[in-house]
Amino acid sequence: MAEFNALTESVIKGDIKSAVAETQKALETGQDIQSIIDDGLIRAMDDVGERFSKGQIFVPQMLRSAKTMQECMKLIQPHFKEGDVKAKGKVVIGTVKGDLHDIGKNLVSMMLEGAGFTIIDLGVDVNPEAFVEKVKETEADIMGMSALLSTTMPAMRHTIDALKEAGIRDQVKVMIGGAPVTDDFAREIKADAYAPDAGSAVIQTKKLLGLS
Amino acid sequence: MIIVGEKINTSRTRIAAAVENQDSHFIGQIAIQQAQAGAHFIDVNAGTFLERESECLRWLVETVQNAVDLPLCLDSPSPQALTEAMKVHRGEPMINSISLETERLEALLPVVAGQPCHIVALCMAQTSMPSTVAERVEVGSQLIKHLTERGVPLERIYVDPLIQPVSVDTQMGGAALGAIQRIMAEFPGVNTICGLSNISFGLPVRRLINRNFLVLCMAHGLSAAILDPTDKQLMAALLSADMLLGNDEYCEKYIEAYQQGLITDR
Repeated sequence: MAEFNALTESVIKGDIKSAVAETQKALETGQDIQSIIDDGLIRAMDDVGERFSKGQIFVPQMLRSAKTMQECMKLIQPHFKEGDVKAKGKVVIGTVKGDLHDIGKNLVSMMLEGAGFTIIDLGVDVNPEAFVEKVKETEADIMGMSALLSTTMPAMRHTIDALKEAGIRDQVKVMIGGAPVTDDFAREIKADAYAPDAGSAVIQTKKLLGLS
Repeated sequence: MIIVGEKINTSRTRIAAAVENQDSHFIGQIAIQQAQAGAHFIDVNAGTFLERESECLRWLVETVQNAVDLPLCLDSPSPQALTEAMKVHRGEPMINSISLETERLEALLPVVAGQPCHIVALCMAQTSMPSTVAERVEVGSQLIKHLTERGVPLERIYVDPLIQPVSVDTQMGGAALGAIQRIMAEFPGVNTICGLSNISFGLPVRRLINRNFLVLCMAHGLSAAILDPTDKQLMAALLSADMLLGNDEYCEKYIEAYQQGLITDR
């Protein structure tokens, strides 16, 4: 694992140039793809998420690290072979019906991607039916919902109801977040988890999937 | 500068508790403090009560207006809650807010055109949030058009350029400032307004950022702000900036605020 320390450090710093160079070096020396991702990139993003949740680093630094990781992934992707890389889990995510805010949802998507999850982002103003359909189609492990308005929070309840009506509520874990959303509200609508920020969303997702 | 006092918002724990317990004394005190600190409108927001929002907002309107002789800023994205609150409000309220989102626009246009009030026009498009100066000005212009066509005078319209965090995109400060400048120039007589806290999301020492952002907004023509008027450092920034911009004859307001102990630099 030690050989990726320079890569990990570059991603934490958000130094795209040196991270890309380290990734290139790892690929050229024939390192295992899964190991570059897990022990280099994801390890870095885990650290970034943890520091963010503790208030040691801030949103621009987190974004910079995520962007750095994305650039490294672009380099790695052409080397993927079937079965090379195991996805940790699939997350369908979106901002609920009637709500156009996407900043928080995007931060969560980015951090989950950084942690190695596959993200299916439905965007903003997403109908309950669209959530249900995508969860069915992709057999997602997690459904993440965001709401930034108190008036659109009830749409979270409606979306969970729609999962029940479709008979798939027990096949997917539901995580919610957004400025007006609280832990109490999550319990009230029987969501499986509440994440107050992007770092916590990663921690909660891992917990829900038994990965930590 | 028109000051809207933002403290009576149920997203604050103590305000939510006071509304839950119908503690009219506590709510009244917060209203009086803001009035004494220079607020022209008192904002009331009961959004966290979800299904009970309308009922709680009505109670807040009556409670605050029993304590202070000021108009209120009725703060909700829900047309229903706003309409209900307007019915019990005395005088001319500020409606916060209308946007281009179809449901909100169609429900509120007839209501705000039907009685004298001030209206916050939030630059939120029908299906997306604007990001550039041009997009904000476009949405703002359309809202102004809708409102003036219904007979609302420009002087009663307050365009909110939609403040987004600089932590996510460092161009967002400039986008808001540019929009304020253009809207004020293209629609003489109209007002611009904004809240301050969104700008600093995701960054440390947020109050400092908010304060500096307020001053920059004012330099670009902002004519109203939703803020905590009991924050003496913030008010010092506001009053000194207004004075420096030539809007305070004989520096009277600035000096008075100093003499009344309403401003400080630390």
